[in-house]
Amino acid sequence: MKRIFASLAVCAAATALTATSAFAAENITGAGATFPYPIYAKWAQSYNKETGVQLNYQSIGSGGGIKQISAKTVDFGASDKPLTAKVLEEKGMMQFPMVMGGIVPIINVEGIKPGELVLDGETLANIFLGKIKKWDDAAIKALNPGVSLPSKRISVVHRADGSGTTFNFTYYLADISPEWKKNVGVDASVQWPTGTGGKGNQGVANYVSQLKNSVGYVEYAYALQNNLTYSKMKNKEGNTVAPTMEAFQAAAAGADWTHSDGFYLILANQPGAKSWPMTAATFILLHKKVENPEAIKSALNFFDWAYNNGDAAAEELHYVPFPGSVKSLVRDAWAKELKTADGKSVYMGS
Amino acid sequence: MTLVENSNTKAHEEAAGSFQRSPRFMNGEAFNSTFKWLSIGSALFILVILGGFFVSLTVGAWPALSKFGLSFIWTSTWNPVTEQFGALPAIAGTLITSGIAIIIAVPLAFAIAIYITQLAPRWLRHPLGIAIELLAAIPSIIYGMWGLFFFAPIFAEFIQAPVIDAFENVPFLSTIFAGPAIGIGMATAGIVLAIMILPFIASVMRDVIDTVPKRLKESGYAIGATDWEVTRAIIIPHCKTAMTGAIFLGLGRALGETMAVTFIIGNANRITAAIFAPGNTIASTIANEFQEAYSSIHSSSLIALGLLLFIITFIVLAVARMMLNRISS
Repeated sequence: MKRIFASLAVCAAATALTATSAFAAENITGAGATFPYPIYAKWAQSYNKETGVQLNYQSIGSGGGIKQISAKTVDFGASDKPLTAKVLEEKGMMQFPMVMGGIVPIINVEGIKPGELVLDGETLANIFLGKIKKWDDAAIKALNPGVSLPSKRISVVHRADGSGTTFNFTYYLADISPEWKKNVGVDASVQWPTGTGGKGNQGVANYVSQLKNSVGYVEYAYALQNNLTYSKMKNKEGNTVAPTMEAFQAAAAGADWTHSDGFYLILANQPGAKSWPMTAATFILLHKKVENPEAIKSALNFFDWAYNNGDAAAEELHYVPFPGSVKSLVRDAWAKELKTADGKSVYMGS
Repeated sequence: MTLVENSNTKAHEEAAGSFQRSPRFMNGEAFNSTFKWLSIGSALFILVILGGFFVSLTVGAWPALSKFGLSFIWTSTWNPVTEQFGALPAIAGTLITSGIAIIIAVPLAFAIAIYITQLAPRWLRHPLGIAIELLAAIPSIIYGMWGLFFFAPIFAEFIQAPVIDAFENVPFLSTIFAGPAIGIGMATAGIVLAIMILPFIASVMRDVIDTVPKRLKESGYAIGATDWEVTRAIIIPHCKTAMTGAIFLGLGRALGETMAVTFIIGNANRITAAIFAPGNTIASTIANEFQEAYSSIHSSSLIALGLLLFIITFIVLAVARMMLNRISS
């Protein structure tokens, strides 16, 4: 009698196990960028309520995310810095953009209110190069007729830690200023010619609010939540734009994802009359050769769900969702590129 | 041992009926040797961990060390874009901030130790000693926050700005005290470090001064010496070495301090002669950049920095121990 029960129990357990693996894993693990962490956490929470699937995302930074997915210790990696097609090929990985955000210059100059000051890429590059030293420099004055600027030294504040925000910011400055490109370059951390470094968005925000006559750059959400004084920017078309959801979306709309190589596209200085010049996408990395189909299926279900149902939550947290056209490009890429060892597609469409 | 031998002789066993301990004692003996070996093992384990640290740091640092060679130590470029890394800005920042901290903390700690051991009324000595030791209990991140939000603005306005103005036209000092008065930088980091290491130096110095034989001090007072004369002619000569050890102990802590420094040093990988300018230490560079070091040579260079810090701190603390041990021998 006992033995029958025992074997029944074993059978039941075995059925339960196969049942789960036939569908998907209950746990998805990911690691990487800190910038999208709030929205990933929010999505994960709602997704968990609906499906019971748990997302464990460690926001250890983009560099860490790339390392972890390369070492296959997580199901997916996340990075604010896209990998080039060549590197993806070498690592046997694919990437796709998940959500966007904006980077805004923040300033602390007595008497200047949010959105009152206008800067352009050239001026911003020269400030961060240390060539423009005072707030009443002719270049700044020319952009801001009628604004009274103090004759005070500019304190530059930058990120001290490596960061996808810095990568996108320096990419923009290098795109505009040949001198920046030659002397400083583009990376998650660079050799800054001048200024003080704060750790994280919060560190930069703290320094800028502490230091009189300072300028820094943070993600849009931080500037908004901390009521920091942001500046407007002149975009590629020469129009003055304020950092708003519409301006970020305009930048995304102008971007040509169809012809991008492995979704390698940086949204800095995009064309478009209303485009904000410093818009940045954040990316997810997956191994093309799928060794753990359940986990990857689960992860894709989550990303699919976020594409379908996550836009409102993203906007609430000041992230910019992608237009439908980009999302279907990504879905096509999932179907085409993610294969198990026996050549089957892992993504079956939603 | 004699008891064990005794228990072997039957006569004794019978005679000492109350000595029923013998079986239990054998257990105790077995336990004792297990205990002894466990202790030895634990002690050796520390050495293994220490050696392991050194080995794993060296292995991790090897790509950087083999690429840049010894010039890693005196190269002042730290450029992740071109993947050129040199430790000099971080080493200089570490030595300058710790140097400022020692210059400020040592006289203060000495004065505190003398006051507590020699001059304070007896009822005040104990509470004062405890208060100083409690300073050491404040987590370093609190010092960092206090430094950034409270101390830095005050320091900028009331000390930096006047000092910069005062030395503007003095040849050498105008370089040392140059720069915008932003309150964040190596001087600020040095001052906050001084407060952080003060309790360590002061309490060790107090213990050291307590070892001065009473009859020496009393003979000093007996021939009419003042407090200062007793301090200078009796206490200082007697504890010179051990006091230097105490200073090195504080230095060891200052060199490795991370969080508080990262908050207030300004994190700029540049070398300047200006002490008000932002800089970087070894520990704060690692804390800032390790997470997001994309290239393997970048992370390897950071590990190499860690190895340098490990070696420097190890030497400093070893010297401190040697000097402190002399007082007991």
